[in-house]
Amino acid sequence: MAKRVAIVGTGQTFHKSHRPDVNGQELINEAVQRALADANLTMKDINAILIGNMDHFEGINYVDCWSVDGSGGVMKPVIKITTGGTTGASLAVGGYHMVGSGMFEKVLIIGWEKNSESDTTGAITTAFDPIWDRQVFAGAISGLAAEAQAYMARYGASDRDAARVSVRDRKHAMNNPHAQLRKEISLEDVLASPMLADPIHLLDVCPRTDGACAVIMASEDTAEKICPNPDWIWGTGARHSYAYLGDCDWGRLTSMERVAKEIFKKAGIKEPRKELDVIEMYQPYSFAGLIWIEDMGIVGHGEGPQYVADGNTDMGGELPINPSGGVIACNPIGATGLIRCAEAAMQVMGKADARQVPDVNYAVSTGFGGCMWTDMLLHGKKKPN
Amino acid sequence: MAEKEQLIIESGEASQPFKYAVGMYGSKYFTEVRDNKRIMGVKCPKCGKVYIPPRGVCGSCFVEMKEWVEVGPKGVIGTFTILRFAFIDPETGHQKPVPYGYGFIKLDGADTLMQHYINLDDESKVKIGARVEAVFAQERKGSTRDIEYFKVIE
Repeated sequence: MAKRVAIVGTGQTFHKSHRPDVNGQELINEAVQRALADANLTMKDINAILIGNMDHFEGINYVDCWSVDGSGGVMKPVIKITTGGTTGASLAVGGYHMVGSGMFEKVLIIGWEKNSESDTTGAITTAFDPIWDRQVFAGAISGLAAEAQAYMARYGASDRDAARVSVRDRKHAMNNPHAQLRKEISLEDVLASPMLADPIHLLDVCPRTDGACAVIMASEDTAEKICPNPDWIWGTGARHSYAYLGDCDWGRLTSMERVAKEIFKKAGIKEPRKELDVIEMYQPYSFAGLIWIEDMGIVGHGEGPQYVADGNTDMGGELPINPSGGVIACNPIGATGLIRCAEAAMQVMGKADARQVPDVNYAVSTGFGGCMWTDMLLHGKKKPN
Repeated sequence: MAEKEQLIIESGEASQPFKYAVGMYGSKYFTEVRDNKRIMGVKCPKCGKVYIPPRGVCGSCFVEMKEWVEVGPKGVIGTFTILRFAFIDPETGHQKPVPYGYGFIKLDGADTLMQHYINLDDESKVKIGARVEAVFAQERKGSTRDIEYFKVIE
């Protein structure tokens, strides 16, 4: 019964810091309509819907029911997945499981967020344990700052090394009309921007965004009829590492290490640095662009800063990372992981326009969540064996 | 559409209080700190890891933990940050006072890190590896605030 699975269409809103012209359902609908148009399908073709966001940002807990006008879910199976920052990537992994099971031929996957509707840091803090985590915790930035401090102490990296990642992603965003922040910045701009939580400056971190993304997956039975060059999913994975923040091995993303090893082994990828063509990483702040490529196995521990500084991850480099501009340029949180998946799919399908990397055979997309959780998908041009 | 106004409706002062059970492990931890100024962790019978905060199960070994171990009150800074931006604290509904030191403290005898405030009287001493000690509140009520903060001691 198990089927091979491909992405046959994607759609995104033009993401902005605030979209007061639409409510949540209407925002969702924009992405859904674009994905259906991209795949040349209608809602009648869709067998099930997966939808998700981080519900504490909008304070609406039943998005699966509440959104059906916008999602197209009237009288269809609709399932909600919400896993914090990884929501969008978990949705993609869940869609792969549903189609791969052979039980649903075509699944519409939707991630969305209206981060303008609440205090993002306050809302993120409510995702953590009320007794043991919340007293000192200050949302995503505080946890990431703790990671960056630990990494710097271990490997001697600097905030200038990290700033190079922000400069790269903001430059890449210039090629992506869907990105929120489309203005280039310099190393000096990053280092001169206000210190939020040592060592993280304002321009080291992602913004908060209103936006939605939709992806349509189909099984091998119809994928190539819908789309001549579908994006085949070669593997997916997800790993969690701890209960409370203090349990974490700060300075290393062990969930990324485990999930990457598993997926690359399964696909027969021995040298990811040479065999992958592009990565869309859920990289919510600059230091992650150094630390997590080490954990993914692209370079060795402590080698991230030099690899990035040498331009290897820029457009035209050995392994471009975040041609879309990534999370540092755009972050509608519940959609963010799914945008990575959609952007990786567009790279494989040759639909990435001005941000297209030439000849993409393999692409990786990831999701990251506040409990140092990693989701990953391996995308490929060739149909998996 | 001719209408150009894009209205925002606010939720107002609505509040939704919660009452959280901390269980037998949490209760013992909080009563020991309150009554005896002792910080108690639990040890996994299989891997030997000492957990703080204490909990019923070692997730990695997936076995029940019953052996209590006193840890701290001294330790070292495992990692930390200094929060400098203002945000709404969902615990109070108000802006959290900044700057404040946010420490992950490796208490002597424990294997996981305790999150707590670090005193910022001398920021230059707040570093990974610095020795710290818990400062207990005069009046202790059985909450995480029974430890006021950690201070750098060397």
